[in-house]
Amino acid sequence: MVAASLDAAQVWRVLARIPDPEIPVITITELGIVRDVRLESGIVEVSITPTYSGCPAMDMIERDVVASLLQAGFSEVRVRTVLSPTWTTDWIAEEAKARLREFGIAPPARRTAGVDAQRVHLHTRAVPCPKCGSAQTERVSEFGSTACKAHYRCLECLEPFDYFKPL
Amino acid sequence: MQLQKAKFEYLLRMGDNALILGQRLAEWLGHGPQLEEDIASANVSLDLLGQARLWLTYAGKVEGRGRGEDALAFRRDQHEFRNCTMVELPNGMRSERDYAFTIVRRVLFDAFQRALLPRLAQSADAEIAAIAAKSGKENDYHWRHSSDWMIRFGDGTEESHRRAQAALDALWGYTAELFVSDSIDRSAAAAQLAPAADSLREAWLAAVEPVIAQATLSVPAATRFLSTGKTGTHSEHLGYVLAEMQFLQRAYPNAQW
Repeated sequence: MVAASLDAAQVWRVLARIPDPEIPVITITELGIVRDVRLESGIVEVSITPTYSGCPAMDMIERDVVASLLQAGFSEVRVRTVLSPTWTTDWIAEEAKARLREFGIAPPARRTAGVDAQRVHLHTRAVPCPKCGSAQTERVSEFGSTACKAHYRCLECLEPFDYFKPL
Repeated sequence: MQLQKAKFEYLLRMGDNALILGQRLAEWLGHGPQLEEDIASANVSLDLLGQARLWLTYAGKVEGRGRGEDALAFRRDQHEFRNCTMVELPNGMRSERDYAFTIVRRVLFDAFQRALLPRLAQSADAEIAAIAAKSGKENDYHWRHSSDWMIRFGDGTEESHRRAQAALDALWGYTAELFVSDSIDRSAAAAQLAPAADSLREAWLAAVEPVIAQATLSVPAATRFLSTGKTGTHSEHLGYVLAEMQFLQRAYPNAQW
């Protein structure tokens, strides 16, 4: 029993070192997509959930998980995809949000209930610029360089930046 | 109708709607009216493709004949597709690509998903509920993007207004199909797998009408036209979509990346 829990902790430690392929400043555990780790008769089963259903990084993450755990000495690794409960940006670790900002990506605002209700949004809440901190920013496009980001620009320092969309 | 068969057919409808509209949006790659919109179409297309994969993978599992997502996407012929006719229409009526037409179609479809997905997320089938909940969150962004642009087009220049209204007039008739309950819908509803199709129109109108009004466009008059894509009888356009989408698997069966 003690050995088993130690090994599961070891799995988590390995997973906590795997960077997200598209945003390498945060790890897959900080991103909140690792949902469960099970270890039974030497077989590791890792459950991950996709950020966006079409996220092309998922296959790579799955390969990284298998490769990292095999390298760490586990002999058989299975990755399971779970959809429920659906991933939310609220699961991103707070320390990781600070690192996102340093990397030039505005971290997602916390989701508040009812924000996305029936209203049509022509303007959204202010997203502070990750470079200069100004709240004078505007959305250029709802969609950015990856599925999880929107494209913004700062009206103060004039820098364009990505915003990690709250989901 | 046998429940398992109805469930399979219903899942094909969900998957094929997402797959075919995703394929149509992918045709904008490299042709968007501006860089940001090129990226937006690609993003929405990718989300829809991801959703299609989830629906079709589950459809294959329910069918129980060993067909996976690829077999269903690439090895079925057009009469076996169950998407509504609206999503297979080309990206423009008088030209190969008309962004107003593409956006208006998305508004009508995204609003339909907005009415449907939260109800499907309450399905008695846990897998259907999970896929619907996931897709619904993504659809919120799609809807914001499409409705935002429809308002700009309708309430924009004389030319953008004219094109948005022409698109709305051309597409409106194709929406009737979405709200017709047939034996598949009825079986799925009776088993609490999905809401009855005819119970969705009110929520759909409640989403669409304020956008049409804000865009200074007018709601077209109802007609008797009824398209039949979801029962497998398609327009002449679907064959061309499949010819391109399925080429690789038809030329090199079972090819793997």
